[in-house]
Amino acid sequence: MGAEGQYIQYLISGITLGSIYALIALALVVTFNITGIFNLAIGEFVTIGALSAVTLRAAGCPDVPAFVLAVLIAGVIAATMERTTIYPARKASVLTVIIITIGVAIALRGAALLIWGTHPYPLPSFVDIPPLALWGAVIIPQSLFVLALAVVAVALLFAFFDLTYVGKAVRAAMINRNAARLVGINPARLSLLAFVFTGMLAALAGIFVAPITTATYDMGFMLGLKGFVAAILGGVTNVKGAIIGGLLLGIIEAFAIGTLSSGMKDGIAMVVMIIVLLICPTGIMGLGVSNKRTGSWIAWLRQSVGIGSR
Amino acid sequence: MAAAKRWYWISLVLVVLCVPLFVKSSYVLSILIVIGLYAIIVQGLGLLMGYAGQVSFGQAAFYGLGAYTAAILATRCDWPPLLCVLVAPFLPALVALIIGRPILRLREHYLVLATLGFGILAFAVFNELIGLTGGPSGLTGIPYLSVGPLVLDTDRAYYYVVWGFLGLVILGMANLTASPIGRAFKAIHASEQAAESAGINTALLKLQAFVLSAFLAGLAGSLYAFWVTFVGPSPFGFTASIEFVLMAVVGGLGTLWGPVLGAAIIVGLTEFLRWGVPVVMPKAGGEFEIVFFGIVFVLIMLLRPQGILAPGRSRRVARAVVREEKCSG
Repeated sequence: MGAEGQYIQYLISGITLGSIYALIALALVVTFNITGIFNLAIGEFVTIGALSAVTLRAAGCPDVPAFVLAVLIAGVIAATMERTTIYPARKASVLTVIIITIGVAIALRGAALLIWGTHPYPLPSFVDIPPLALWGAVIIPQSLFVLALAVVAVALLFAFFDLTYVGKAVRAAMINRNAARLVGINPARLSLLAFVFTGMLAALAGIFVAPITTATYDMGFMLGLKGFVAAILGGVTNVKGAIIGGLLLGIIEAFAIGTLSSGMKDGIAMVVMIIVLLICPTGIMGLGVSNKRTGSWIAWLRQSVGIGSR
Repeated sequence: MAAAKRWYWISLVLVVLCVPLFVKSSYVLSILIVIGLYAIIVQGLGLLMGYAGQVSFGQAAFYGLGAYTAAILATRCDWPPLLCVLVAPFLPALVALIIGRPILRLREHYLVLATLGFGILAFAVFNELIGLTGGPSGLTGIPYLSVGPLVLDTDRAYYYVVWGFLGLVILGMANLTASPIGRAFKAIHASEQAAESAGINTALLKLQAFVLSAFLAGLAGSLYAFWVTFVGPSPFGFTASIEFVLMAVVGGLGTLWGPVLGAAIIVGLTEFLRWGVPVVMPKAGGEFEIVFFGIVFVLIMLLRPQGILAPGRSRRVARAVVREEKCSG
């Protein structure tokens, strides 16, 4: 494999992983916009989705029903979580709620450990075809499924926001929670909806990534954290930013692992996060809007690419 | 009043001094040492959370940094152990000083994530900087703590060392919180804007609290290194950082004895679960106790977010305060 092939390989694996980060970031950003809460337990729903699917398949359930059921299980758990821990604490301080979501994450991870133990579970690829070769790089078919999921999920999400009544209510709540409340949009119901929906999205991401990474009880922890990094990279409240942030993080990580060291895999994302938080806390989409020092040329670049403008 | 207070302190010191006379089991003593070490860390974290109103989910990084610094100074540079214990905490304090100003500018979610990210980064560095830290297999051959000819190689001796340091830390905290600086901290916690407008340099005070908390975590780390005489990365991971926050919250933020109580409850609960759960569920393996931690965490935050020892603020008052904060923020 030549050097070019290697770089293409990094790019492909970066985009694959980046799509997963993007999906998780998307889940986070949607919840954050609606409720003002970062659901730090989101990674555990990735785990629940993947491991439930593995177990259901092992119990003899055919593929597609197993996946649907696994996503529904995650949805039920997300609903339970919202009703029992987030809703009662809706008047508490933000820090209290953050700590609550961390507590839920720990409890869910522990429960996964109790149920499934520490050993990794394989999930077979969705289709049984050999890897494809492309310009000296190798593409596993599952990567294409992950990519397709990201595209379809994003398309459906935008359709939901633009075309449905509930979607419009969600958008109103995302723009201004108090004003949305004034016109009669029930924030408690939207909060439940947001938690359930994003929990299911995260579970779906887990099912799609499991054939590549195998499923373990703690797979969601790092994925969830990287989803945060992606969300921060994209500006926390920006849906498009979350997707771009996810892909960017995946690609940065893949190249850093390939060219530097694989052991620092998790460190790199944290370095990216800390740099972004310190230099431009509004994320890449906020560049040129608030930051006067680096403003002009990035603003120009943004306008010419046409991203970041609502 | 003053006399009563003096007797209160003297009796506490006597209790701590007498415990090893009655406790013969080295298992119990080692648990008490761990509680002492964690209480030192949580004292710093309690200051940061309870008084300065900040949070750090990366405290285990400073703990580890202190342990590794002490271990490296003792094994590679052949410094006398006692000097290592006293010098090592300055490195985490220095790191906190450098990263503190930009990190403490962040708020709420961002502060949580930035400190969490720092902790994970530090853990990755402990694992990957094999030349310096020994990587996953760690550093061995750390000598026991010794003062002149006296070698403190028993758990009983080490119990006195750790609780002695803890006593000094608590004494320092008692003085600090009663001083003008302590009152300034309380003012920041009540309302940052009001404190600022009263002429308190809130940014500087928060940074000082952060540096002090890192120093104390480093101190606990260096004490840990000379107790187990081995330093590997595993005790300094993300779970430890979470546990420290849990201890601070459980015990009660902004109290003198909350950190000690919190450390005792969490360490005690861990040990209890380690014994108890296999009896009830023989199949359970690994770190199953984290389920219960998560549940305890959530319950405490829902039912008593101010902790066990914090001055009882009724729910209604707490809600009113939160409402006020929301309006002003």
